[in-house]
Amino acid sequence: MSVQQALPPGGPPRGSAETIQKGDVLLDVRDLKMYFPVTEGIVFRRTVAVVKAVDGISFQIRKGETLGLVGESGCGKTTTGRCILQLERPTSGEIIFEGQNLNDLDARALRPLRRKIQVIFQDPYSSLNPRMKTGDIVAEPMYVHGIEPDAKARERRVEELFSVCGLSVKMIDRYPHEMSGGQRQRVGIARALSLNPEFIICDEAVSALDVSIQAQVINLLEDLREEFGLTYLFIAHDLSVVRHLCHRVAVMYLGKMVELADCDELYDNPLHPYTRALLAAVPVPDPAIEAKREHQTVKGEVPSPMNPPSGCVFHPRCPLAVESCGRKIPEFREVKPGHWVACTET
Amino acid sequence: MAAILEIENLQTQFFTSAGTVRAVDGITYSVNHGETVAIVGESGCGKSVSALSILRLIPDPPGRVVGGHIRFMGLDILALSDAEIRKVRGRRIAMVFQEPMTSLNPVLTIGRQLTETLEHHLGMGREASNARAVELLGMVGISDPQRRLAQYPHHLSGGMRQRVMIAMALSCEPELIIADEPTTALDVTIQAQILELMRDLSKRLGVALIIITHNLGVVARYADRVNVMYAGKIIEQGSALQIYHQPSHPYTLGLLNSVPRLDRPRQAKLDPIEGQPPDLTRLGAGCAFQPRCRFAVTRCAQEIPPLETVSEGHVSACWRRDDLGEKMRDAS
Repeated sequence: MSVQQALPPGGPPRGSAETIQKGDVLLDVRDLKMYFPVTEGIVFRRTVAVVKAVDGISFQIRKGETLGLVGESGCGKTTTGRCILQLERPTSGEIIFEGQNLNDLDARALRPLRRKIQVIFQDPYSSLNPRMKTGDIVAEPMYVHGIEPDAKARERRVEELFSVCGLSVKMIDRYPHEMSGGQRQRVGIARALSLNPEFIICDEAVSALDVSIQAQVINLLEDLREEFGLTYLFIAHDLSVVRHLCHRVAVMYLGKMVELADCDELYDNPLHPYTRALLAAVPVPDPAIEAKREHQTVKGEVPSPMNPPSGCVFHPRCPLAVESCGRKIPEFREVKPGHWVACTET
Repeated sequence: MAAILEIENLQTQFFTSAGTVRAVDGITYSVNHGETVAIVGESGCGKSVSALSILRLIPDPPGRVVGGHIRFMGLDILALSDAEIRKVRGRRIAMVFQEPMTSLNPVLTIGRQLTETLEHHLGMGREASNARAVELLGMVGISDPQRRLAQYPHHLSGGMRQRVMIAMALSCEPELIIADEPTTALDVTIQAQILELMRDLSKRLGVALIIITHNLGVVARYADRVNVMYAGKIIEQGSALQIYHQPSHPYTLGLLNSVPRLDRPRQAKLDPIEGQPPDLTRLGAGCAFQPRCRFAVTRCAQEIPPLETVSEGHVSACWRRDDLGEKMRDAS
């Protein structure tokens, strides 16, 4: 068997940028803010500071699209995902899913919509209940939402989901600790699919896996996207994986969105100095290319979100910063069709 | 250049209730003065255990180095007494661990943790060691080092803690530093800062480095030579260019094909290695990679392939190396 034959077929992510741009907007996030109070005192609790985890971000996701959300720890990307899932009630802003603002709905009204929005978590070791068999883990959402009330039908559906996710049906009776990390992550994916969702938030879904297993799970996510017409919000810090999987990419820094563009445009022509620094920091697996690349590292560390810098939040670390950057918050503007950036100096 | 560390047929095993785990199963490599050698592989392939074996840090029981030799600058590491190995550890071979959160002592100040090494190994007094600690923290790029000495690890961010770990590793001017996944827990921009720092220091001070990692990008950027490990064995060894441009083992090729590339637009789906890594207590008679290998033939399941020369300085352990060399290279 030659290598060429062995390669699975495939091309660029299905659904080119144009066809997706014409599609319906599935999720519209407008000026989302999530502030967490920092309190002191036990009897007389008082707020001493506010962490602006997400500070006024807006984006849209169209049906069938995969939007990558990247940034370093503490930039607010996971909080954004949790707000969309309504696991946090945002401080302000709108999250419009299929025409309804999720922030306005009460728990009862939310329930039918929760079925359509699912999540795959990062850590396959802590996101599965160790006391439940994996088959029951996958069946539980159906039971809770009253889909497939018949136990036999539910069982058949679990078997189907296991095989869709590349798990042997024999594993239905196993506990999570009897499985490897990659297999557990597949169980997490099967659970997310069990309610036939339209939209899945993948929060660092492949970060904890070894390279060879990671590639298997990435391919599975792609296959499922095509088979079930899924829309993903792909939250990750690995920029290489995001380039491979996403149609558009948004970059966050300290609770703000600093750049948003089509995938190849962002990687080939990054405009924000932070995006450039991020891309330059990722080593490429080819020593010949690495020998020629410039290795300029960005100075300093991410400041505390409790006390963010004035003006542009990136200015203390920015190589392009001028005096006005410390005073004026840069506007998030469209510099080219579809390419948004929050920087005045680029 | 002279080799400062030579490892020959090292075997480390763990004796557990589930059976004997051959975590490191006969590996041989050397490290030259001032050189950076990478050990690459996935979780459980034995890369960390091989590093801990060099410092004789394998917990016994259940683990034990059962065979082989480790020679470091004329010393037979495995034959040293406990008192003698303590003079090597931290003084001549230092280690940077993966988790900066857990590998510093939370109840001692940064200053105390740095000066302890200096006082113990170099016999420095309190004042001299304090001055040296300030100098070291400055060298690894920590601002306001005098004030940091009185702080505890929880006052520092992950990147800062990792810098402190590096400062501790450098404190006695060792000849060799072993860094076990030194940046895995850190963000990319901090990872770049730390790795550039380690490379700078190694070039300037002539310290040899062993970097243990699963990140193929980090290896490409920083390593001179590369050992690829699978199931306790080195399956391919060569210069970074040889490994990346002429991978001569199906596992190395599979790893390279599994990583998405940042620098290229997406062309096709990824080509992963199918299946799971093997259970080290139940290895078959043949090549450990054979069940996952798309090039495997009958012989692969019967006999373990030895490491054989592909070109100068480049060895690979695969029975089908000669037949497949061309095809594999085309594919990569």
